[in-house]
Amino acid sequence: MYQFLKNLDRRWIFLSMLLAVAIPILMRIAFPEVVSKQAKMVFDAVESIPDGSNVLLSFDFDPASEGELLPMAQAFTRHCSAKGHKQYYMALWPLGSPMVDKSLDTIRAEYPDLEYGIDYMKFDYKAGGEAVIRMITTDLRGMFPLDSRGVSLDDIPMTKNIKNIQDMDLIINVSAGDPGTKQWVQFASTPFGITTVSGCTGVQAPQMYPYIPKQLAGVLGAIKAAAEYEAAIDEVYPEIAANPKAQEAKRRMGPQLVAHSLMVGLIIIGNCIYYVGRKRGDV
Amino acid sequence: MKRLVPLIIAICAGFVLIIANFIPYAQEWGSTAQEWFNILAVGAMVLGGGNLIKLHLMKVSAKNKGWGYSVVTIGCFFATLVIGLSKMGVHPNPIYPDYDWSGYYLEEGSGLWWIYEHMVVPLTSMMFAMLAFYVATAAFRAFRAKNTEATLLLVTAGIVLLGRTYAGVWLFGWLPESMEWLRFDNLTVWIMDIPNTAGTRAITIGIALGVVATSLRILLGVDRSYLGQD
Repeated sequence: MYQFLKNLDRRWIFLSMLLAVAIPILMRIAFPEVVSKQAKMVFDAVESIPDGSNVLLSFDFDPASEGELLPMAQAFTRHCSAKGHKQYYMALWPLGSPMVDKSLDTIRAEYPDLEYGIDYMKFDYKAGGEAVIRMITTDLRGMFPLDSRGVSLDDIPMTKNIKNIQDMDLIINVSAGDPGTKQWVQFASTPFGITTVSGCTGVQAPQMYPYIPKQLAGVLGAIKAAAEYEAAIDEVYPEIAANPKAQEAKRRMGPQLVAHSLMVGLIIIGNCIYYVGRKRGDV
Repeated sequence: MKRLVPLIIAICAGFVLIIANFIPYAQEWGSTAQEWFNILAVGAMVLGGGNLIKLHLMKVSAKNKGWGYSVVTIGCFFATLVIGLSKMGVHPNPIYPDYDWSGYYLEEGSGLWWIYEHMVVPLTSMMFAMLAFYVATAAFRAFRAKNTEATLLLVTAGIVLLGRTYAGVWLFGWLPESMEWLRFDNLTVWIMDIPNTAGTRAITIGIALGVVATSLRILLGVDRSYLGQD
């Protein structure tokens, strides 16, 4: 047994990981979610501002992290739409713009009463990263004279009176790296006191915790927190709870449970082999 | 001259941004410097593209190992550039119907949209998904409790891995209320909130002090390494 495990072909591990992810997806295994303190803080930040508030949503991620971040981005979109917030979308990553388009598609499909230019709008991608943030904190039109459709901001009802992002009541940033949450905290949230929440990848989350609660009102770390955020929304908005498309993060918790359990199992087996080998003088 | 001019530009821009941050009267100067930065950032993208082409052309001409991949890179680069710049398959914007190139560059059905949807999305997603397989083999072969530090790391990783799933609740759901803090999901929250935050804060403060020191060296012209060797 020892020799078998010691010389185990790594392709068996690949296969077991494939099954650990595929079986729960195919069998649609789902688990109940307990809303954590962090997810509740983020939910409260969006929920506590008055209906129709100005919310800037910056989706700073690309298809590589779509699996991890798109469900929480969509949850933010649904929550803001249900609350009737004015949604201003932008992206600091070149490939973030199509991620925003997915949220706009969701609004068009699920909230047909909301109108482009009145309830939601989109700024196109601009190069510069943190410099873009610095610029729009003082002069929005200097950076974005037009929206993504080529219409002047003065001709769009919801941007007509917006001078800079200090006019926003909340910033929501979904981030997979730099530029992302750190830059929003450094150049928008901290100097101008704009309430900011973040949704980020699991790798990034530990770096964001020190900013809570003053510089960040809450952080959603990876798909688990997204599932908890969905659960928090479901408790208050039954129409979202009834929408199967709004349960994407929860659906991904099945594969996550099995894959994580497999990882823990592999670590334990690996260490058993190590100790047996050491006793036998084999290491 | 080749070093002196960039040095003066860097020092002036740095001081302008510092002054603009502390003196309200000079805020406009900061905004102007930001605009310059944005223009330079676009120029840097062109420079980056040019550099990529130069490196791969050199690799192809020298027939270095893997030169075939460089041919693919150059081909894809120019194909994407031409399709994107010419807005192939993009319809005019309904607001400006007389202008052929006024449409959205990623319009559904356009050439660039096709590249994005059918090449960029699957390829980048696949690269990220592959990590799961490599992390699994690494966990099996390399994650060893060789000493106290490694054991601590291992135990923490195990708790967080299970605490980030429903297993965290389910495994110790039988614990009485007074001992609920022992549940993996609660322990995960504690690990993230206390030891992780303390450690990250210390690292962040250390980095910030380092950045201040390095920035001062650059602003005063002591550190000129960013200008290169020649």
